[in-house]
Amino acid sequence: MEGLLANVLNGLSWGMLLFLISMGLTTIFGVMGVLNFAHGSLFMLGAYLSMQFVRWVGSFWIGLLLGPPIVAGLSILLERFLLRPLYGRDVSFQLLLTFGVMLFLDDGVRLIWGAAYHVVDPPPLLSGVIPFFSQSYPVYRLFLVVLGPLVGIALWAFFAFTRWGKILRAAAMDRQMAEIVGVRVPAMFTAVFGFGAWLAALGGALAAPHQSVGPAMGERIIIESFIVVVIGGMGSFPGAFVGALILGMLNSFGTTLLPDVQMALPYILLAVILLTRPRGLFGAEA
Amino acid sequence: MRFRARGDVVPVLLILLALIAAPFFLSIYGLIVLTEILTMSLFALSFNLLFGYTGLLSFGQAGFFGAGAYFAVLTLIHGPGSLWAALAAAVIGSAVLAAVIGWLCVRLDEIYFAILTLGFGMMLFTIAHNWRSVTGGSDGLGNFTLPGLNLFGHDISLFHPVSFYFLVLLIAALGALLLWRVVGSPFGLLLRGTRENSLRVSFVGANVRAVRLFAFILAGALAGLAGALFAFFNRIASPEMLHWSFSGKAVLMTILGGSGVFLGPAAGAAIFFVLEHVITAYTTNWMIFLGAILVVLVLAFPGGVLGSLLDRLTRGRKGPPA
Amino acid sequence: MTEPILLEVREVSRSFGKFQALRQVSLKIRTGRLCALIGPNGAGKTTFYNVVSGRYRPTGGRVFFEGQDITHAPAHRRVEMGLLRSFQITNIFPALTVLENVLVPLVVQHGKSFACLGSIARRRDMAEEAEQILSRVGLTGQSHRVVSTLAYGDKRLIEIAIVLARRPRLVLLDEPTAGMNPEETDRMIRLIRELSERSETTFFITEHDMKVVFSVAERIFVLNQGSLLADGTPEEIRANPEVKRAYLGGSLDAAGR
Repeated sequence: MEGLLANVLNGLSWGMLLFLISMGLTTIFGVMGVLNFAHGSLFMLGAYLSMQFVRWVGSFWIGLLLGPPIVAGLSILLERFLLRPLYGRDVSFQLLLTFGVMLFLDDGVRLIWGAAYHVVDPPPLLSGVIPFFSQSYPVYRLFLVVLGPLVGIALWAFFAFTRWGKILRAAAMDRQMAEIVGVRVPAMFTAVFGFGAWLAALGGALAAPHQSVGPAMGERIIIESFIVVVIGGMGSFPGAFVGALILGMLNSFGTTLLPDVQMALPYILLAVILLTRPRGLFGAEA
Repeated sequence: MRFRARGDVVPVLLILLALIAAPFFLSIYGLIVLTEILTMSLFALSFNLLFGYTGLLSFGQAGFFGAGAYFAVLTLIHGPGSLWAALAAAVIGSAVLAAVIGWLCVRLDEIYFAILTLGFGMMLFTIAHNWRSVTGGSDGLGNFTLPGLNLFGHDISLFHPVSFYFLVLLIAALGALLLWRVVGSPFGLLLRGTRENSLRVSFVGANVRAVRLFAFILAGALAGLAGALFAFFNRIASPEMLHWSFSGKAVLMTILGGSGVFLGPAAGAAIFFVLEHVITAYTTNWMIFLGAILVVLVLAFPGGVLGSLLDRLTRGRKGPPA
Repeated sequence: MTEPILLEVREVSRSFGKFQALRQVSLKIRTGRLCALIGPNGAGKTTFYNVVSGRYRPTGGRVFFEGQDITHAPAHRRVEMGLLRSFQITNIFPALTVLENVLVPLVVQHGKSFACLGSIARRRDMAEEAEQILSRVGLTGQSHRVVSTLAYGDKRLIEIAIVLARRPRLVLLDEPTAGMNPEETDRMIRLIRELSERSETTFFITEHDMKVVFSVAERIFVLNQGSLLADGTPEEIRANPEVKRAYLGGSLDAAGR
C-alpha cells in the first residue's frame, strides 16, 4: 500500500515537471507550428541557472524568480533572429535549427559548468522528509505534486479567462483569422516563444532539487515531452496534462514493476496511441 | 529541389578514381577517417531515400543501422564466421525489421511519422541495451574476430586498414549505385511524386502506403548494411548505434550536404567528419561548434553545402530530368 | 437514355460530427453524357466528390461504379477501375517537370510502380505517350519546365493531363475554371467539351460559373444544403422555381441567358 502510494507520488512529481515543459512545447507548436527541439535544453538551462543562483546568493527562491526570465529573454532573441527567417520554409528546417540550438546549448553548459552532475539542495522550508505510514517521503516532492496542478490551473485560467489567453487560443486555431482581426502575429510569436521558454526554465529550476543537474537532462526530457505532446494531441492543453500524468506514472510504476522494459514503455505507449488515434488523445481527428 | 542525372557521370567517376587511389597518397590515419566517412555516407544516402526523395523524415534510422550491426556481429559469433554471411544477415535482418515497423509507420505523415519512427527506433535501442544475455547490454558486443576475405585463392586479412578500406569502398559504392538506380527508376519518380503530393499520387491509382513501405524497407536494409560495416570498423556493436541521437546524425549530415542532390548526404558526411577531426584536435567541445555550424547552414545554405554549391555552378544551365 | 449507367450513387449521406454535409443523395451518371453538379456555396459539392472518389467514407448509402459496389474501396482502387478526379485547389507535383507530372500516372498505368532498377529516362514509350497527352490538352514544348514556374491556367491543364494519363472512364472535375481569367476559362471549356465529345471519357463537373455550366452540361444536378434539389436538362433547371429560390434569385437568371 505504501509502495503504491509512494509510486503514485513519484509519478505525480515527475509528471508535473513534464507537464510544465510540455505546456510550453504544445503552446509553441499550437500557435506557431514549430516543434522546438531546443525546449529540453531551455529546461536544462533553467536548472543550471537556478543552481548558479543558489551558489551566488544562497537562495533557491531568488533563482526560481530570476532564472526563468533570463532563459525567456535568451529565447526571445533566438526566436527573433534565428527562427523568424524560417517561418515561410519547410517545417524540417525549423526542426533542424532548433536541433542545432540544442547541440549548442547542451555542449555550452558542459563548457561552462563541466560534464559532472551537480546536486542542488531544496530550500530549507522544503527540505527533509515527512513520516509517511511506516516510511518517509521527501517534502520537496510533495511540494512539486501540489505545485504542478496549481500552475496547471493558473495556466488554464489564463487561457480561459484573460484577453491574452483568448487571443492566443484563437490564433492557435486560425492564424489567418487572427491576422485579419488585427493581432500582430510576429510579435505574438515572439511572446509565445518566450513564454514557453519561461515555463520550461521554471520546470528546470523546480527540477534542480528533485534530480541531479547535468548536461544530459535536456536530452532526456525533450523526448519524453515530445511523447507527452503527441499522445495528448499537439496543441492541446488538457492533452498535455493527461499525457504528462500518464508518462509520469509509467515512469514510476515501470521502474518498480517492470525494470527491464521500463525504458521502452513510453515508446510503446506512443506507438499504440499514434496508431489507434493518429492525432492523439485530445487532438482533433484529421 | 532538382535531381541531376547523366550530365554528372564524369565528376562522379573522378571522385571514384580518387577514392580508389586514396590509399596511395593518404596516411593510415587519413584512410581510417575516410573509411568512416564512406560508411556513414552509405547510412546518410539510405536515409535520404526517405527524406529527400520520399519526403519522410525518419528519426529512427539508427534503429536499423544498429540492428544491422548486431545481426552481423551475432552471425560472426554464433553462426558461420563468414563475412558475406554476416553482411547478408545484416541486410536481411534489418529489411525484415523495416518491413514490420514500416508497415505501421507509413500510415502517418510529417511530424507524426518522425515521432513514431523515433519511438520504434528507441524500442530497438531498449532491446539492444537491456537484453544482456544476447546483446551484451550497455557494453555492446565486441568479442568477435573479423574473418578474412578469400579472393581468387588469396586470403586477405581485413585487419589491415587498406584492405578494410577497399571492402568498405566496394560496398558503399555498390550501395550508392543501387540507390542511384532506384532514384532514377519509375519507382523513384513515384517516390518524388509522393514527396510533392501524396494525395495526387493516390488519386492516380498508386497505393501510397505500399510505395512508402517499399522505400522504407530499402532504406532500412541499406542502413543495416552500413551498420554492419560500422561495427566491423569499430570492432564492436553497441547500443548507442541505435539511439535517436545517432539517427539525428544521419539527418544532420544529409542537411549539411544537401538533401536535394543525390550525393549531398555523402558530401555532408565528409564535411561532418573532417570538421569533427579538425575541431576535436583543438577542443573537446565539438558539439557546440556543430550546433553553431548547423544554425548558420540552415539560415544561409538552405540547399545544403553541396546543393548550394552546385546551384551556384550551374545557375542558368538546365539539367535533364532525373 | 439507353447508354449504360456509369456511376450510381444511392442515398449517400455524410456527416461531420453533428453537421450533415450530405443527406441521402441519389443520382445516376450515364456513359458519354457531360453532367454538372451545381449548388450554392457549402451545398456539399466537394464533399460529394470526396465521397465518390474515395477520399471520405460515406456515413450512409452506397456508391456503384459500372455496377460494382465501391462504397468501401480505397481511392487507388477506384482509379484502377477508371474513376479519376481533379481538385478545386490545383493538385499537381510543383517541383517536378511538366513531363514528369504526366509520367507519374503513366508509371502506374503501365504497372511499373515498383520497377526500381531500370531508368525512367530510357522509357521512350512512356515519354512519347506523355507528350501526346500534353498536346491533347494544348501544352506542347514545355516538357522540361518545372511546373511551379508555369502560369496558373497551365497548371490546371497539367492536372487534366495527369488525369487523362490514366485513360479514365469517368472524370470528376471540381471547379475546373476556378480562379481563371476569362481567356483561360474559355480555353478550359473548349477543352472539356472537345474531350467529352471525342474520347471515351465521361465528365462530371462542379462549377461556380453558371455560364460554364449551362454552356457545356447536358444534364445538371442541383445540390442544396446537402440534399439533391433538382435534376434535369439545362432548360428544366433554368425553369425550376425551387432552384431559383436556392440561389436567392441571383446569378442563375443572369448567367443562363
